Amino acid sequence: MAEYILETRGLGISFGGLKAAQDVNLKIRPGQLYGLIGPNGAGKTTIFNLLTGVYRPTTGSFLLDGEDLTGLKQEAINHKGIARTFQNIRLFNNMSVIRNVLVGLHNQPEYKCSPFSSMFRLPRHFETEQKMRDRAKELLRIFDLEEERNNLSCNLPYGKQRKLEIARALATNPKLLLLDEPAAGMNPHETEELMRTIRYLRDNFGVTILLIEHDLKFVTGLCDEVTVLNFGTVLAQGQVTEALNDPEVIKAYIGG
Amino acid sequence: MSTIIDGLSLGAIYALIALGYTMVYGIAKMLNFAHGDIIMVGSYVIFSVFAFGGHPIIAIASSVVVCTLLGVLIEKVAYKPLRGASPLAVLITAIGVSYLLQSIAQLIFGAKSQPVNMGSFDVLNIAGIDINVSTIITLAVGAVIMAALTLFVKFTRTGRAMLAVSEDRAAAQLMGVNVNRIIMITFAIGSALAACASVFYLMQIPSTSPTLGSMPGIKAFTAAVIGGIGSIPGAMIGGILLGVIEKIALSIPALNPYTTAIEFSLLILILLIKPIGLLGKKRREKV
Amino acid sequence: MKYFASVKKSFKLKNYINYILVGAILLCTTVLQYTGLLRRSNANLLTQIAFSIILAVSLNLVVGFLGELSLGHAGFMCVGAYLGCYIANMLHAVIPSKLVVLILSMIIGGLIAAVFGFIIGLPALRLKGDYLAIVTLAFGEIVRTIFKNLPAFGGPLGLNTTKYGTSLFIPALIMVLITLIAAQNLVHSKHGRAITATRDNEIAAKAMGINVTYYKLFVFVIAAFFAGIAGVIYGHYATPVLYSFFSYNYSIEILVMVVLGGMGSITGSILAATFITYINFVLQTNLSGDLAALKYLIYAIILIVFIIFNNAPALAPIRDKMDIGKLLRRKKAGSDPSNIHGDDADWHRIPTKIRMDELLSLDVTPDPYKPVAPDKNKSKKEEK
Repeated sequence: MAEYILETRGLGISFGGLKAAQDVNLKIRPGQLYGLIGPNGAGKTTIFNLLTGVYRPTTGSFLLDGEDLTGLKQEAINHKGIARTFQNIRLFNNMSVIRNVLVGLHNQPEYKCSPFSSMFRLPRHFETEQKMRDRAKELLRIFDLEEERNNLSCNLPYGKQRKLEIARALATNPKLLLLDEPAAGMNPHETEELMRTIRYLRDNFGVTILLIEHDLKFVTGLCDEVTVLNFGTVLAQGQVTEALNDPEVIKAYIGG
Repeated sequence: MSTIIDGLSLGAIYALIALGYTMVYGIAKMLNFAHGDIIMVGSYVIFSVFAFGGHPIIAIASSVVVCTLLGVLIEKVAYKPLRGASPLAVLITAIGVSYLLQSIAQLIFGAKSQPVNMGSFDVLNIAGIDINVSTIITLAVGAVIMAALTLFVKFTRTGRAMLAVSEDRAAAQLMGVNVNRIIMITFAIGSALAACASVFYLMQIPSTSPTLGSMPGIKAFTAAVIGGIGSIPGAMIGGILLGVIEKIALSIPALNPYTTAIEFSLLILILLIKPIGLLGKKRREKV
Repeated sequence: MKYFASVKKSFKLKNYINYILVGAILLCTTVLQYTGLLRRSNANLLTQIAFSIILAVSLNLVVGFLGELSLGHAGFMCVGAYLGCYIANMLHAVIPSKLVVLILSMIIGGLIAAVFGFIIGLPALRLKGDYLAIVTLAFGEIVRTIFKNLPAFGGPLGLNTTKYGTSLFIPALIMVLITLIAAQNLVHSKHGRAITATRDNEIAAKAMGINVTYYKLFVFVIAAFFAGIAGVIYGHYATPVLYSFFSYNYSIEILVMVVLGGMGSITGSILAATFITYINFVLQTNLSGDLAALKYLIYAIILIVFIIFNNAPALAPIRDKMDIGKLLRRKKAGSDPSNIHGDDADWHRIPTKIRMDELLSLDVTPDPYKPVAPDKNKSKKEEK
């Protein structure tokens, strides 16, 4: 295993003349809870989009566990081990909760089953379906969603939709999980529960987590290190308290 | 050489129809499959006015009026309820409208093609090339309409509102543009253009039938795509290009039976190589 | 043994109704056929119904489940009919058994159509929505024009085929059963989930590692395969095989079946295909001349009324009230009507996903949440 689970080298992208992100260098060690913060429009989600292959970086590269993934397609990057959630929740709204997770499990090698086996109901089909379903239930149990597994996902309350999105991302068995504002729209109780769940994931799934969050209390309570972005560039990086006390960061947040 | 002149004149017709497609596509974000059939309706209006002994000018005017009203009506009844629904639904409804117009026309006028004589035109000899006056009229009027449309979109309040709607419907609405009205106007203009196209079509092929509009309609859409959908000059260039290619292919005996296949292959080829069409880039800045 | 246990566990009567339906028809008519009670015209009707069902179900996979519009389904059928029957004509010289030739030609015709599906789908599926529709339409016309002009296939006179007479409907109905098994099992499997996910939210599906291109192409090829088989059946039913049959109008007729039966409903497609074929059959003998336009008038009304009713945002409350599935669930479960039993998605609730905005900006990464690049023209417009 490489020293850093995720390393970006001078990552940047520009749309026309606008530099949405430039020269971003992140170094995240395995098992870290890493925060990405900054004011609105700082380019946080853009970084996520770069890391998941939605955009191709115009400059720089990024490595997952020492392997260069720059320029791969979205699904290929997911196979390599980066999964994400979305700022504006993107569940499969017209599928049941469990089906959402099953879609996440789709590409795991242990659930391989050719379309032919499915079409003609060979034993392999039943075997994989059973295994997938068991695994999906297990994941839903962790997020306390097992009861609702047959509900349409769009009928879940907001907080549970966020949790389901994390469960679905986790189903793809990632090495690195990108959470885009996981606590947005949650009440304090739910936020606290979410913090516990995220720690649990780190400890039990061996997954490294990079998250975007506006709630600074959430970030300070959870993250080991943060990177502060503003106008697409890195303002400060390092331990949470240090980074947040950086005069540049205070200036960016409060203005002046 | 005369083949190319013929092609230009056919191309001008395609271009006029393509303009209607492009406008509706750019602004209402839908492929109006029934557009070609509005041409057919226009031709039957002319046929009917002639049948009652009307003057060609009256025939043309009533064709434009009927088509415009029909376009607005279709939009109101069939497309407006689906605003905000999935585009697939709108597309299928448009196919339904196309069929509706065709079958109604067939029930009223019969499937047989009916002669419509727009009058005879002299053949001029310019620099050793025989040119039919109808070709000159088609090209000239076509050019004038296209120029007028470009100016309209660029310099009038409504035209600029159209641009805004095509760019971002929601933002335009927030800026106080009445999106429903703009879409209605677009359909009205598109249908009026279809009526003009029907006049020119009849000048070249003096007969009408219920399926008159479907092939030219699909070909004109091809032209619009080739030129870059949403672009007014693109529709003109695409239309003329397609018209010339069609006439050239028809004039070569070996290619003659494959003309339709050649045109559609061209469409597929262009979509694969340059999916935005020839002038698609420019459109992004403009319409 | 274990296998049967798992079959039993996943058994849902709902999924077997279609098989029972078609199986029952097959059984009854076969008995009638061999007792000599089946009239010739009825046997012909059954054959027509059989290939219509295959066409409708396979098009439903593309339109209803994948959410892309194909207007060239008759084109794939055309490829299957011409090439499958051409090969059947050659095989007749070698193989004495007519049935074996039929089966072989069905497989070969289907495979060739599938290859065409792949060739046209590979590039075309990069396009979206209306563009895909127009490319498939163009494909259908191109194929037709080419066959019309090839002397090897009889040119404008059509390709002569061996007549199979009144017993053709038996293998045809068996083929319907196979189509249904393949289509239904595909839909209710992990692959079906991936296809729905693609349609429901393509961006999320990609982020979940679903190979969206693969699945789109896969569905396209499968649909072409079955359309090709339907073509071979048609070719052995109607001789000569004539290019004019496979027009754009016929593609639309198949689409009408899919829309009438309900996009995403296989049972619906079966019923609608049967109904429309029957109506056609009756009208053909009773309506002649210009009144034949009535058929297309009915099609038009079906398309417009059904689509508006099923899709208009303003009619959503009425639709909700009339949703039979939901009513049944409310009665049965008694509690939460939104609760879906098993893991079946509510197929017909899923919005079709073609995004026109993406389509109009094909050169930009299709992505609704991209940061807005500064646009000089925009500010000008906003001043207005």
